[in-house]
Amino acid sequence: MKLLELNHVEKSFDDLKVLRDISLDVAEGEIVSIIGPSGSGKSTLLRCATMLETMDSGEIVYLGKKAAWTGNDGKVIYAGKRELKEIRSQYGLVFQNFNLFPHYSVIKNITDAPIHVQKRGRDEAYAEARELLRKMGLEDKEDAYPYQLSGGQCQRVAIARALALNPKILFFDEPTSALDPELTGEVLKVIRSLADLDIAMVIVTHEMAFARDISHRVVFMADGIIVEEGTPDQVFASDNERTQSFLGRYGSVL
Amino acid sequence: MGKMTIEQMVTQLAGGMGISIQIFVVTLVFSLPLGLIVAFGRMSKNRLLQTIVKFYISVMRGTPLMLQLMVVYFGPYYLFGLKLGSGYRLWATFIGFVINYAAYFAEIYRSGIQSMPVGQYEAAQILGYGRCQTFFKIILPQVIKRILPSITNEVITLVKDTSLAFTLSVAEMFSIAKALAASQTNMMPFVAAGVFYYVFNLLVAVVMEWIEKKLNYYR
Repeated sequence: MKLLELNHVEKSFDDLKVLRDISLDVAEGEIVSIIGPSGSGKSTLLRCATMLETMDSGEIVYLGKKAAWTGNDGKVIYAGKRELKEIRSQYGLVFQNFNLFPHYSVIKNITDAPIHVQKRGRDEAYAEARELLRKMGLEDKEDAYPYQLSGGQCQRVAIARALALNPKILFFDEPTSALDPELTGEVLKVIRSLADLDIAMVIVTHEMAFARDISHRVVFMADGIIVEEGTPDQVFASDNERTQSFLGRYGSVL
Repeated sequence: MGKMTIEQMVTQLAGGMGISIQIFVVTLVFSLPLGLIVAFGRMSKNRLLQTIVKFYISVMRGTPLMLQLMVVYFGPYYLFGLKLGSGYRLWATFIGFVINYAAYFAEIYRSGIQSMPVGQYEAAQILGYGRCQTFFKIILPQVIKRILPSITNEVITLVKDTSLAFTLSVAEMFSIAKALAASQTNMMPFVAAGVFYYVFNLLVAVVMEWIEKKLNYYR
């Protein structure tokens, strides 16, 4: 079964059409990278899929359950509170600027939602959080506060926080865009290490080499449409003019 | 009133201090939570509620507290013919102070809440926190840290404002000092009042600084 289906998603900000009839599927365990120039609608697509933004029309389906659809009057209808809560527990999102809670220590950032949202036991949540921190290479930082960490460390905590809720699908919204090249490397390494966790990942990124290495599928977006999608080899060797002109600029890094 | 000894005067002033402190405590205990509720009304999406609350705040901030106290005290009689007796003086003082300070605190809360980055709400939503959880666990603690300096300012003003209760002949510190100074032709009560307000505020400053330090564990 498809984990996520986006069907004919449209979104405008005032008169600017940001998403035009976007359809995208994500299968279980699949890693999808979304690449494309700034302003092409990648982040907006992620924000619509995670329901941080409401779409103007289209359909969002998680695990066969409709989260939102277009009604007969052309207006988008979102599922009820309880259904949405259930659906939201299926996915996580890692933000570009981390959005850690500054007043919580690292371990509390990770364990608070499992304990107070998913109502899991405290000991279990802490044990799992420590295990995640170890995986992130941050085992000595559990009592630190976000302001004491580097950007790369913050992003790794944010990834651990998202993983602690055991999502089936994890979205990354330009997870390394706020980081310098060295910190980018450490975060990308961590994301790579998640590849064998069998969690589906949808990654909006400007790191072309990374997208090519890690993805099962690459989606190239421009001007609010999906120009093309396929395996990394297909897209990176594409003879589509628009794709080429975008990737050409990354030629030197590849 | 005959000549009083210093000791007698101090006893009377001490009684007034008690009332002043009572006004101070009651005002804070009720206006701080009420201010938060008013702030919600001020930020409500309901236009009518928002307009009403906006008007209330503008009246509270735009007219003298002394006048507001008189309206609260005399209003029930002149508007509704209610005779509430002189015991109502202190209650009127409490009510007047609470609704006045709630308006000021509401605007401080609002400034703090609106200064919170939207990312904090979004992260909370993605993690599955409900609206109440998001506000009380994630947003409010950070808002309190942000607005503490403005709250300190208001609290210090409140200490001095308690003297306005003399308008309703409530026997707080300043009313008694004034009466004693007049009847005893002695400046000592005013000096004592000045020292009292100053030391009170010194304490307020120390306490608020301590809270600020406590919240400095994160940035």
